[in-house]
Amino acid sequence: MRRFLARRLAHGAAVIFIAVSLSFLLLHIAPGDPFSATLASASIDPATLAQWRTAYGLDRPILEQYIRFLGQAAVGNFGPSIRYHQPVADVLAAAIPQTITLMGTALVLSFGFGVPLGSWQAAHRGTTTDRIAGTASLIVGSLPEFWLGLVLLLLFAARFPILPSHGAVDPMHDLFPLAERVIDRARHLVLPALTLALLSSASIARYQRATLLDVLPQDFVRTARAKGVAERHVLWKHALRNALVPTIVLAGLSLPALIGGAVFVERIFSWPGMGSVAVEAFAGRDYQLVAGTTVAGAVLVVAGSIVADLLHAVADPRVRAR
Amino acid sequence: MTQPPLLTVSDLRTYFYTGAGTARAVDGVSFSIGAGETLGIVGESGCGKSVTALSILRLIQQPGRLESGSKIVFEGKDLLQLDDAGIRQIRGNRIAMIFQEPMTALNPVFTVGDQIAEVVRVHSKASRRAAWDRAVEMLTIVGIPAPAERARQYPHQLSGGMRQRVLIAMALVMSPALVIADEPTTALDVTIQAQILELLAELQQRLGTSIVMITHDLGVIAEVASRVLVMYGGEVVEEARVETLFAEPHHPYTEGLLHAMPRVGRRQERLAVIPGNVPPPTAWPSGCRFRDRCPYAWDRCEREHPPLYQIGAGHTSRCHLADEPERRVRRPRAEATAATLVSPATSRAGDAA
Amino acid sequence: MTPMSDAPFREPGDGGNPAGLSPWRAALRTLGRDRSAIAGTVVLAVLGALAVAAKHVVPYECNAQPNIVALKNIAPSLAHPFGTDEFSRDVLSRVICGSQVSLSVAFLSVMVAATLGTIYGAVAGYVGGMVDSAMMRLIDALLAIPRVLLLIAIATLWNGLGIVGLVLLLGLTGWFGVSRLVRTLVISAREDEFVTAARALGASDMRILGQHILPQVISPVLVSATLAIGNVVVVEAGLTYLGMGVRPPRASWGSVFSDGMISFPSAWWTSVFAGLALVVTVLAVNLVADGLREALNTRQLPAR
Repeated sequence: MRRFLARRLAHGAAVIFIAVSLSFLLLHIAPGDPFSATLASASIDPATLAQWRTAYGLDRPILEQYIRFLGQAAVGNFGPSIRYHQPVADVLAAAIPQTITLMGTALVLSFGFGVPLGSWQAAHRGTTTDRIAGTASLIVGSLPEFWLGLVLLLLFAARFPILPSHGAVDPMHDLFPLAERVIDRARHLVLPALTLALLSSASIARYQRATLLDVLPQDFVRTARAKGVAERHVLWKHALRNALVPTIVLAGLSLPALIGGAVFVERIFSWPGMGSVAVEAFAGRDYQLVAGTTVAGAVLVVAGSIVADLLHAVADPRVRAR
Repeated sequence: MTQPPLLTVSDLRTYFYTGAGTARAVDGVSFSIGAGETLGIVGESGCGKSVTALSILRLIQQPGRLESGSKIVFEGKDLLQLDDAGIRQIRGNRIAMIFQEPMTALNPVFTVGDQIAEVVRVHSKASRRAAWDRAVEMLTIVGIPAPAERARQYPHQLSGGMRQRVLIAMALVMSPALVIADEPTTALDVTIQAQILELLAELQQRLGTSIVMITHDLGVIAEVASRVLVMYGGEVVEEARVETLFAEPHHPYTEGLLHAMPRVGRRQERLAVIPGNVPPPTAWPSGCRFRDRCPYAWDRCEREHPPLYQIGAGHTSRCHLADEPERRVRRPRAEATAATLVSPATSRAGDAA
Repeated sequence: MTPMSDAPFREPGDGGNPAGLSPWRAALRTLGRDRSAIAGTVVLAVLGALAVAAKHVVPYECNAQPNIVALKNIAPSLAHPFGTDEFSRDVLSRVICGSQVSLSVAFLSVMVAATLGTIYGAVAGYVGGMVDSAMMRLIDALLAIPRVLLLIAIATLWNGLGIVGLVLLLGLTGWFGVSRLVRTLVISAREDEFVTAARALGASDMRILGQHILPQVISPVLVSATLAIGNVVVVEAGLTYLGMGVRPPRASWGSVFSDGMISFPSAWWTSVFAGLALVVTVLAVNLVADGLREALNTRQLPAR
């Protein structure tokens, strides 16, 4: 198991290395020399600029610049953000937890809804409810995230204003007592998380239905019945445990797309996560920040995949041997 | 037999209602088995032996169904009249099944110890600890070394022979009165086969269990069974004591099977085969279902479905030769083949390999 | 076991191909029976036709802003079935005009991505060994970067992307998944017996690739590309909404959506209907792709 973990960590490090290198490459081949543009920006104070010039070795040969860039990235330093007037690292440090909260909640919700739905559909395959649920999943899963977010916003924040429409917290949040602060955060989380979760549940339900249908006719399910195990245990204990494994793998593989969807949702709901930061960076031509968000995205995906792989190994003992 | 039989199957019919037609996989099978007996059921693939076994425990799923008129009486109760809870109480407890493929028959995500202990916990009020201990005990009984360690392992960590022993342990842990073994040795090496059969025989001695041994291998039958059923086309075509079956087979199919067995120490240029294929269960031929492949068939065989004729004590055969023994004249090979070609409408000799 | 008895009797239901049609004809036939796939194709055909004939079909001019004071933000009515937007433009016309850019960008960029991905994957799969491992390692890393973030980064660094730039951008960021798919297919085809046979007969690598392996690759890539079109349409719209796609007054579904957000939520119709166009397209594409997958699976090319 330890070897498994070590290998996954090494793999993740390689991925991040390539992502950082790609950022460097892009920063250098882009027209207009981004580094100089930032250097010439009036919004950064000269002292920071000087520090930065030294750290990145901007007048040195390119190979040395590359090594220095890698070194800086390894400690999380991506230079200054001209849009936010702070180090890129600080901007990201504030934004990443927000994105993780949003995505984490969405994932939990989508599994919590999608797995039981898909399993139920498999157990009642062919019935009208199964078909309706299947069509609904198909339609919901095809909706663009920003459009679904828009519709939910329209319904639950504009038409029937029961939920807040933007931000992660109320402007007066810090003045609330603890209990109210918790509720406030939760209320702001509902719509954006729900948007992402609805989309994910649809595909999880469809996938789960298919994998469970694959598992149900297998021999060990029959063995469980032959042992006298009650039918619902046969389904939920024996079959589902096995069907869950591919779904976990799928979740791990869909992390990049999930983050992409989160970017749009964050924009619609003004959620202060990495997506919003990236868009701000674009608007402000903030090259360093944009490089930082790209790498941060890769880091999130790697971290998420390692978690998914661990869950996979826990769920399927055959994997641990590899 | 002085006691009433342990299990009596009467006129079992299991049909599968599929888009391609109704498959009459088991079409009127009757037999009984007594305490401590080993009954062999032998036949090619597609003759209905596995479906018979699954039917006894009511493990047949949609689109299959046990037809009304079937009766399965076990320890005095008709299993087909029991409700869900009732049949579950029998499964794994009074009647247990050993399946053919040890790798796929075990759940890959649970330890083997857990899977055996589960049987105990389902059928008794034993604690987790007690059930686990019992599982380890069973692993010892079936001859697995280092049982406590093995119990904590997963199926993929065991060899094929060991997995089959685990299946046997799972089947016997509640000391059932009847064990149905569906081709328990087919997926194993020959040397392991012998060990498994020995193990089963030993356990039967100890526990007094009755065994229904389903196989296509006559060698296995010869070794373990006291009585034999030969099945073909969803029916029993011959029933006899094992010595009688080997010495004086009556039904042409049985003859063919025995003839097809390669014999060690005998010079054979070609392996004898029974020409033709098993017809699909959606379209059994009219009259005798074996007639297209039978070297003795005559017109009566097409017209009249043969009943089970009594040949001798405890020996029955579903063949008109019992009535007209003078017809037992082997036709030359070419004629037998011609019979296959001549009536395409009633014979379905084509079959996916 | 059957001495000559099989020959005159054909089994009906031979893998859904009773008449022994060529694989492509058989696939078309299966597709023809799939009602939802047909519905999807019809919808896509209509959308395509509208896109091509846009200028002649629209009730109002695409970019005309007749009366920015009086006619702005009118709710859906008979005169304006989709309402008007903040700039008094008829939304229905905008959506129809926008389909030109949205659909063509999606289609072209998917073609770019599919081509690149197929070449990369085929090379990796066929050459195998360390080269394959290295190539796939790179793909793993590229796939781990969320595409949208990468797109934002590149859009930031390369200011002012035109339509061509957009197509290239989407194409160059979309080929990673295809390459993995193609590599897997090529590897399994490479191991196939008939390839070994061909090689034993002295066929060159190029010939083996072209004649034996490529046919097996085309169908799954086709299905994947179809799905990708739906995906890219949404991504392009999203990018434009974020400000990175086509520039005004050029219409694409994303820009209509984005314009609509200015007066959201009071004038909700603009963004909602722009989005609806996306939804319909994606649904149609998914139905067609599902149908294709079914149809192309009943006949493996070539037969096993």
